[in-house]
Amino acid sequence: MIPAHVRYARASDLDHALTLLAEPDAKAIAGGQSLLPVMKLRIARPSLVVDIARLALRDVGFRDDTLRLGPLTTWSQLIETPELRRPALAAIADCAADIGDLQVRNRGTIGGSLAHADPASDMPAVLLALGANLQLCSTNGERAVPLADFILGPFTTGLGTQELITDIVIPIPASGSGSAYVSVEHPASGFALAGAAALVGPAGERMVAVTGVGGRPFLLPADEDPAEALARAEIFGDRFASEEYRRELAAVVATRALERASERAKEDR
Amino acid sequence: MLETLELVVNGEQRSLEVEPRTLLVHALRDGLGLTGAHIGCDTSQCGTCTVLLGGRAVKSCTVLALQADDAEITTIEGLAELGEIHPIQRAFVEHHGLQCGFCTPGMILTAADLLSRDPDPTDETVRHALRGNLCRCTGYQSVVESIQAAGVAIREGDAQ
Repeated sequence: MIPAHVRYARASDLDHALTLLAEPDAKAIAGGQSLLPVMKLRIARPSLVVDIARLALRDVGFRDDTLRLGPLTTWSQLIETPELRRPALAAIADCAADIGDLQVRNRGTIGGSLAHADPASDMPAVLLALGANLQLCSTNGERAVPLADFILGPFTTGLGTQELITDIVIPIPASGSGSAYVSVEHPASGFALAGAAALVGPAGERMVAVTGVGGRPFLLPADEDPAEALARAEIFGDRFASEEYRRELAAVVATRALERASERAKEDR
Repeated sequence: MLETLELVVNGEQRSLEVEPRTLLVHALRDGLGLTGAHIGCDTSQCGTCTVLLGGRAVKSCTVLALQADDAEITTIEGLAELGEIHPIQRAFVEHHGLQCGFCTPGMILTAADLLSRDPDPTDETVRHALRGNLCRCTGYQSVVESIQAAGVAIREGDAQ
């Protein structure tokens, strides 16, 4: 399988990338681990791919009580960053370690995953639970958007045509916090049938987000029992897992994630 | 329209003309005659097309050739040094890590990436690393044993 005819341009810097993206059917490509498979199936037929992989947006940093993840940071980089193993941020490393497979983790990027917005992708749940904001840059300037407002539905985001994610900003949880990500995957595809990320604060405050069970990952109301919150949520079913099964599975992984996050919160004291 | 791709393959500077849509695996196989990168599933599942790009295992069916411009690629053909097969290759021979051999180049290059990061992997670590490599003959037990044996050989080699 070969993609349909396409042109290729490598962006030399952010402005160049945004200029190239002016073409209506242009698509940005970074690791290509989501885009290339759909181009090969010819579900996606961009006229131009704009290679942004060499822009200087590939790093993990800490600044002003925030963790900054460059959108071009690969899953492998996240796994190999020791600072992401501390209890409050451990959900990021949990999650990255089980995405795709070793080869996909070497190429796939966190920004690419967010822009692709597969409803079963894992990391958005983690970033929702951690309260991440995205920094976006377009030809009209910069803006900050909470992740919860960025992902609109299956494969649909609020990203403009000449706009790119330039930073993923995560407030560092208070000391004494713990986080975790737990999922049950479809054994063949590896995608989550249900995944849940939890953040537990020093006084037992809880944030839980789930993925794989609806049109987009979503936060559960804070401090409500996950099973009760999920009983009211809009859950989808398919040939792999019925609506009823997914609803129960989501409650199971949410409970497990909360337990693990609580244990880690104790380690951080 | 063809574009020029420059890259270092198995230590050798190579240049070829490719279409923008050409996948790295096709550039290697059809452009450079390096047919050790196999095409199994062509849907990023099976891992037989695995090569090292900048020392890291990637599925060459899911990389545009032009994305690898200026990069260093190692294929299975480049793993042997000075006529001596690589310790991972030797371990696969000695521990029956292959039967038909179709998946083997991908298995070995994935193992090369794993062992470069973790030369003493547990059984579980090896199996986790092999998640993207499918074998339809032997099952995985002897592959895992081969990779662990290769780790021992590499560690002993480094110690000398």
